[in-house]
Amino acid sequence: MANAQDQMPTPGTSNTITPEKVREGVDLEINGKSYRHTGDDQMPLLWYLRDVLRLTGTKYSGEHGEGGYDLVLVDGKLASATNLPVVKLAGKKVTTVEGLAATDGKLHPLQQAFVDEDAIGCGYCTPGWLMAALDLLNRHPQPSDNDIDQLPNLCRCGCQTRVRRAIKRAAAKGGRA
Amino acid sequence: MSRATESTMQLSRRHFLKVLAGTAGALIVGIPFAEAVDAPVPPSMLGDTLYGLGAYVRIDADGNVVIGIRDPDTGTGTSTSLARIIADELDADWTRVSVVPLGLGVEDNNGQPRWVYGHQTSGLGDSIPAAWADLRGAGALARWLLMQAAARRLGVPADRLRCEEGHVVAPDGRRFDYGALAEAAAKIAPPDAPVPTKTPDRYTLIGQPAGEIDARAIVTGQTAYALDTYVAEALVAVLSHCPWPDGSVDSLDTTETLAVKGVVKVVQIKPEAGVPLGQTVRSPAVAVLAENTWAALQGRAKLKLHWKAGAQSESSAWFEQQATDVINDKSAQPTTRVRNDGDVDAAGKKASRRIEATYVQPWLAHATAEPMNCVVKLDKDRAVLVVPTQAPQQAWKVVQRLTGLSPAQIDIRVPRVGGGYGRRLDHDYVAEAVMLAKAVERPVKLLWTRDEDLTQDYYRSASVHKFSATLDGKRQIVGWNQRMASASALAQRGVPDDRLWTSEIDAHQLPAGLVPNLRSDWYSLPSAMLRGPSRGMPHVSNAFAVESFVDEIAYALKEDPLVTRLRLIGEPRMIPLGDGRTLDTGRLINVLKLVADRIEWKNWLRTVNGLGIACWHVDGAYVAHAVEASLQGNKLNIERVVCAVDVGRAINPMGLGGQVAGATLDALSAALNLSVSYKDSQVQQHNWKDYPLASMAQLPDTTDVIIVPGDRDPTGASFLGMPTAAPALANAVFRVSAVRVRRLPLLKEMLRML
Repeated sequence: MANAQDQMPTPGTSNTITPEKVREGVDLEINGKSYRHTGDDQMPLLWYLRDVLRLTGTKYSGEHGEGGYDLVLVDGKLASATNLPVVKLAGKKVTTVEGLAATDGKLHPLQQAFVDEDAIGCGYCTPGWLMAALDLLNRHPQPSDNDIDQLPNLCRCGCQTRVRRAIKRAAAKGGRA
Repeated sequence: MSRATESTMQLSRRHFLKVLAGTAGALIVGIPFAEAVDAPVPPSMLGDTLYGLGAYVRIDADGNVVIGIRDPDTGTGTSTSLARIIADELDADWTRVSVVPLGLGVEDNNGQPRWVYGHQTSGLGDSIPAAWADLRGAGALARWLLMQAAARRLGVPADRLRCEEGHVVAPDGRRFDYGALAEAAAKIAPPDAPVPTKTPDRYTLIGQPAGEIDARAIVTGQTAYALDTYVAEALVAVLSHCPWPDGSVDSLDTTETLAVKGVVKVVQIKPEAGVPLGQTVRSPAVAVLAENTWAALQGRAKLKLHWKAGAQSESSAWFEQQATDVINDKSAQPTTRVRNDGDVDAAGKKASRRIEATYVQPWLAHATAEPMNCVVKLDKDRAVLVVPTQAPQQAWKVVQRLTGLSPAQIDIRVPRVGGGYGRRLDHDYVAEAVMLAKAVERPVKLLWTRDEDLTQDYYRSASVHKFSATLDGKRQIVGWNQRMASASALAQRGVPDDRLWTSEIDAHQLPAGLVPNLRSDWYSLPSAMLRGPSRGMPHVSNAFAVESFVDEIAYALKEDPLVTRLRLIGEPRMIPLGDGRTLDTGRLINVLKLVADRIEWKNWLRTVNGLGIACWHVDGAYVAHAVEASLQGNKLNIERVVCAVDVGRAINPMGLGGQVAGATLDALSAALNLSVSYKDSQVQQHNWKDYPLASMAQLPDTTDVIIVPGDRDPTGASFLGMPTAAPALANAVFRVSAVRVRRLPLLKEMLRML
C-alpha cells in the first residue's frame, strides 16, 4: 500500500502537481489487512481468498454456495463467498475464519467453545459453522434453540448437537465478538 | 525441502537401529511389527536436531513428542485415538504431543510394493483394532529406550525407574525430561524380544477423554486439506462428466472456453477398458484446465458439449419395480442363500400365526463435505500426490498402473480428509488427475464441483426386504424368512459372483442365533447405476428392516416392543453364529436396557410422545438406540435420542461419544430426507437443495451417548452409531402417529400416510 503514499503531492509544490493515476483494481479489507485485487474483478471472493490469497479456511461449498462451508462476514453480515464477486467488495471489510482469533493467538470464545465441546468431525464444515455462529451471536447474544435452528450449515459427520452446545457455551461466556 | 531430506531413510535390518546419514545426530528406531523390514521414515518426521524413535514416534530434544498417524483421518478421530494408544505406552505428556499424517508407507520389494506401516485404511471400523494389535509396541519400545538411557545416566537398574508424563522418575524423586534423554536413548540397542506393553491398571490416557488433537488448527482455518494444497505451476482442472459411464462425446466446441482468460487446455478422458470400477475414470469426461479455479469454472460453463447416451436407460422407479417383483415371486431362486438354520418351511406349517412386511429403501449418495479432488505432480522418476483417500494403498495401485513407476517412486500424501463414508475407497478421481497431468505435462489440481460429486458417485443400491415370521402358540418366533433384493456394491469389481451378497447382508445379523428356523436369501438385481462401498453397509439397511419388523411383530402381539425384544433375545449367554462369530446376548440385553432406562421406557404406553427402540450388533460391538418423537400437526420433532454402545475398551470415550453421536445424526439425516433418484440413467440430485442433509432444526437438540465400560480388546466404532438410529426413530414415529414407515425417506412417507 506504499504506492498511494508515494503519489501524494508534496506540500508547497502545487504548481507542479502531476495528476494522480486512476488506481486499478478493487480495494478491500480482509481480517484487518488492506488488499487490492487487480485481477478479474468478477472473480468470486471464495476463489480470491483461496487461489490468490491462499486463505483456505473458507471452503468450497457448491456451485451456489449452498451448504454453508463458504461463509464469511462482510461488514459484519453473513455472506456466501461463492456468490460474491470481488468488485462488489470495494471498500468493504471481510472477516474469514482466519480472522477470528486475536493477533496474539488467543482463540475467539466461539473457537474455544468448539474446541471445548469437541464440536468437530472431519472439520471441513467447521469454519462455516463458526462464521454462522458468530453472526448469530452478533444478532442474538443469548440465542434460543430456535435461533440456533436457523443456522444454514450442513454437516454429514453429525456435529450438530455438539455445535449447539458450543454456541450455548460461548454465549454463556459472553461470546460476542 | 531439500532432496537430501526428501529421500527415504532406511532402518537397519538387523538391529532396527541406525544412524541416519545426512541428519546430524538423528536416529531412527525400528518398528516392532516390521521385523526384517527396512522401514522408510517419512521426511516430515526427520530433522537435523530431532531424535526419531520409529516412524510412529519422534521425541525432540525439547521434549515435544510427534506421533505419526498411519490411517487417514476422515473425521473419525483416528489422529487422536491412534496417538493416544502410542502415547499411553510411552507415558508421554499429552499436552506436548502433536501428530502428523504419515502418508503412504511403501517400499520396493523386487518391483512389488511392501506396505511398511501395515494397516492404512480408514472408515471400515478396523483402525483401532489394528492399532491396538500392533502400535502399542512402538510406544513401549520408545519408553524402554528412554528408561535405559536414564538408568545409565543414574547408574541404577532400569527396573527401579518409572515413567510419568514425559519424564523418567528416579527412586529418589529426581525427574528427567524425555527430551534430555532422547539423544542417549537413540544410541541404545533395542532388545531382541518385543518390550512388554502395559497392564491395563497402568493406563493413563487410554480410557480417559480427549478432544480432537488438531482442534486448534481446525477452528482457526489452518488445517490444510488436499483441496487447500497449492503446487507451483499446477493447473486447476474442473470436469464435465458424461451422465452415462458407457456414453461418449457427441459434439464438443471449445472455442469459447479457450477464449476465457486463464484457460490453458481442454482434455478428454475416459474409462480404461477392463479395469475394475473405482480404479479408473468413472465416466467419460471433458476437463477444462486453467491457471485458477475461477477461470476453469468459467471455461467449463462455456463448453458447447453434447453427450451421446450409453446403451442403458434405467430409472430408479424401474429398479424398485424389479426388486419388488422378484421379492414377491415365490418361485424366484435366490442368488445366494446367505443363512439357513433349521427348517423354515416345516416351522411355518406348524405355526399358529404368520406376520409379513416389506420394506423399501432408496438409493443413496456419499455426499462428502470435501468433494473429490486430487493434486498430482509427475516427473520422469517420481510422482507426488496429495489425495483425500481412505485407502492410500489402493490409490497407489492406480498411480502405479498409470505411470509405470516403481513402488517407492510414488509418494502419496494424505492430509486430513473432509469425510469418507466409503467414497474414498475408490480412486477414479486419482486416475483422472494422473491422466490429466500426463496430458498437460504440468502438475494438476483436480476439483469436482458439487454437481459432479453428487451425480458421478458410486451409489448405495436401493433395496427391498420382505420378511415372514411365524409364531407358535406361546407367541415365540419360531420361523424367520428374510428375502432381500439389491444390486451389489461389489459387482464389476473383480469379486466372484458367490460373494456379491457380502456387501448387502450380514449372515450373522439379528435375529440369527435367536430363532431356531431362520432363512436369509439374497436376490441380485442388475443395474447400470454404478455402486460402491457405503458407510455402515450392510448393517444400516438391514437393521432398519429387521428392527422395524420386530416392532411390527410386537404390535401384532399387542406387546411392549422392548419386552418382545427381550423375550426374543432370552437369557444372557454366548451363541455361536458360525465363522468364528459369537452373539453375547448379555451385552445386547445390556445396551437395550441402558437406553430404555435413560429414555424412561416405563412411560412407553402412556406418554403422548412416541418412544421407539432398536438394537444391533456389528463385529463384536453392541449398540442400541431409543428415540422420543412428537408430532405437532404434520411436523415431526425428534425430542430425545439415546444411544448405548459396547465396544469393549473405549480408547477415547470423548472421541467415541462424538463419533457415535455423529453417526446417529448422519443416520437420522439420511433416514429423514435423503434419496437418489434417476431417469434415463441420469441422477436427478445436483446440489444440497436436491440432496438435503438434515438441517439443525430437523435434528434433536442433544444426543445422549452411553458408553458401556469394558476391558475386552476394542472394536471399531466408525459407523456403530448408524444402524439402530433410523429404526428406533421409525418405531417412535409409529407410536406417535400410527404410521408404520416401511419406505424411506421417512418424512416423505410419513406425510404421505398421515
